[in-house]
Amino acid sequence: MNDKVRRPWVWTVTFTVIALAYLYPIALVVINSFKGKVFIADNPFSLPSAESFVGWQNYIDGVQKTNLFASFGWSLVITIGSAVLILACTSMTAWWIVRMDNRYAKTLYTSFLFNLVVPFQMVMFTLSWLTDYLGLGNPVGLWIIYLGFGAGLAVFIFTGFVKGIPFEIEEAATIDGCGPVRTFFLIVLPVMKPAVITVAILEVMWLWNDYLLPYLTLDLKKYMTIPISVQYLKGGYGAVDMGAMMGVLVLAMIPVIVFYLFSQKHIIKGVVAGAVKG
Amino acid sequence: MKKSLARWGWLFTGPTVAAFIIGFIVPFVLGVYLSFTEFRTVTRSTWVGLDNYAKLFGDEVFLHSLWYTAAFALVTTVLINVFAFAIAYMLVKNFRGKNIFRSVFFMPNLIGGIVLGYIWLLLLNGVLGMWARSITYDATYGFWGMVILMCWQQIGYMMVIYIAGLQSVPTELIEAAEMDGASKSRTLRSVIIPLVMPSITVCTFLTITNGFKMFDQNLALTNGAPSRLSELLALNIFNTFYGRTGFEGVGQAKAVIFLIIVAVIALVQNRFARSKEAAL
Repeated sequence: MNDKVRRPWVWTVTFTVIALAYLYPIALVVINSFKGKVFIADNPFSLPSAESFVGWQNYIDGVQKTNLFASFGWSLVITIGSAVLILACTSMTAWWIVRMDNRYAKTLYTSFLFNLVVPFQMVMFTLSWLTDYLGLGNPVGLWIIYLGFGAGLAVFIFTGFVKGIPFEIEEAATIDGCGPVRTFFLIVLPVMKPAVITVAILEVMWLWNDYLLPYLTLDLKKYMTIPISVQYLKGGYGAVDMGAMMGVLVLAMIPVIVFYLFSQKHIIKGVVAGAVKG
Repeated sequence: MKKSLARWGWLFTGPTVAAFIIGFIVPFVLGVYLSFTEFRTVTRSTWVGLDNYAKLFGDEVFLHSLWYTAAFALVTTVLINVFAFAIAYMLVKNFRGKNIFRSVFFMPNLIGGIVLGYIWLLLLNGVLGMWARSITYDATYGFWGMVILMCWQQIGYMMVIYIAGLQSVPTELIEAAEMDGASKSRTLRSVIIPLVMPSITVCTFLTITNGFKMFDQNLALTNGAPSRLSELLALNIFNTFYGRTGFEGVGQAKAVIFLIIVAVIALVQNRFARSKEAAL
């Protein structure tokens, strides 16, 4: 690409304005999180005044009403556990599929590809029944459910990557007496590292924010995740406590933004790599 | 090597396949079967043939949500791709701060749909409140509210993909076009766009399927109000299942139709991508 521009500072100024406007919705939530709920409903665009300022009260209310820290913990357990399990199992499966290339492997691959297309609504009712029936409606049980329902994308990206790995290295290892298990873990897996990062990023973005699957499968009396807690605050009937809601929204965004600041490069690379294969 | 690999098949594929059967195959097969039955619970169903499907054509709420969703997917696909491409086109140029701007535009993607929905509920109701209205006043408000939300969320994601595409366009080609006297817009039209076509196909596919599948943002922002008129397909199916009993079979039939729509889009995009590969 040709990347010269005539007046670079004009571009910088223009984009600064656009970027600030882009961040405004988030800033608005942060500002309102310090205002009493009456004042939020009345005029969300006013800054906190001596009259409307309530300090950390909205945060305290929000956390108490939703038990948010417990939800944060369960979200972490579900996201990390499922992501690790998906990465470990599907990378093995993908390598095996590519190297075996027999009828069973091909059938598997086609099934996973099909899984990629199917929207969650298709299995939502039956899956929530089956999870309950098998007693998997807990955070560890969800690892298995997520591995099952989320396998498609992971297998797809991993097989695409494995096809590009030269076979000769593995062959040499086999001749030297290395079995398939050791070959995979000592030789193939380290080579697959970029694909592992890509899949990890895409899966974590999905798992952390997923609302419907855990909502329908988890035993909600015992476990909630962050999206479920936020939605729970709205409740079935009546008006939402906008004060508590603002506090919860800010708290829900903080971990995500921290995560983003630390792993931005990997996230963007992962998205691009995932898209090229998708 | 294949021989010993075959012997270890249970280890390499076993766990994934077992989970896949529980998490996908069984629910899917049951789901297809149940769409031809009347049921309250999965284990007690009676076969009714195509009755559930026949009911769909008389279900006005469903038909409304069908075109409402199609319109939504179409509008968001066009807007997101146009804006994402335009921003990407400018952010590959060299000026101070471009990396920060990229980060800012991408960020909303990491925030979940439910949280996004409530962020925009505050802002949109605040604006509409100036005219004593709210987002649930009319389904048109809900429609454009969700369009704005969706654009805000996804422009950054598609921008990242377009930036990668634009960066792979060789500088020599653009210089050659300029040397031959091509104007900026002509270069864009005849050199750059054809070369980033793979990115355009991918982004179009992603945005159109995201539009069809959108659920969380819809639930948080309007929850279908007023009177189920701002219900997108996914929410309509959800409400058919869990709104009132006796319609589970109809809900399952709707889900099958939903799958067919999404699958057809995927097949068309696949065909597109293939034909382009052949051309290269």
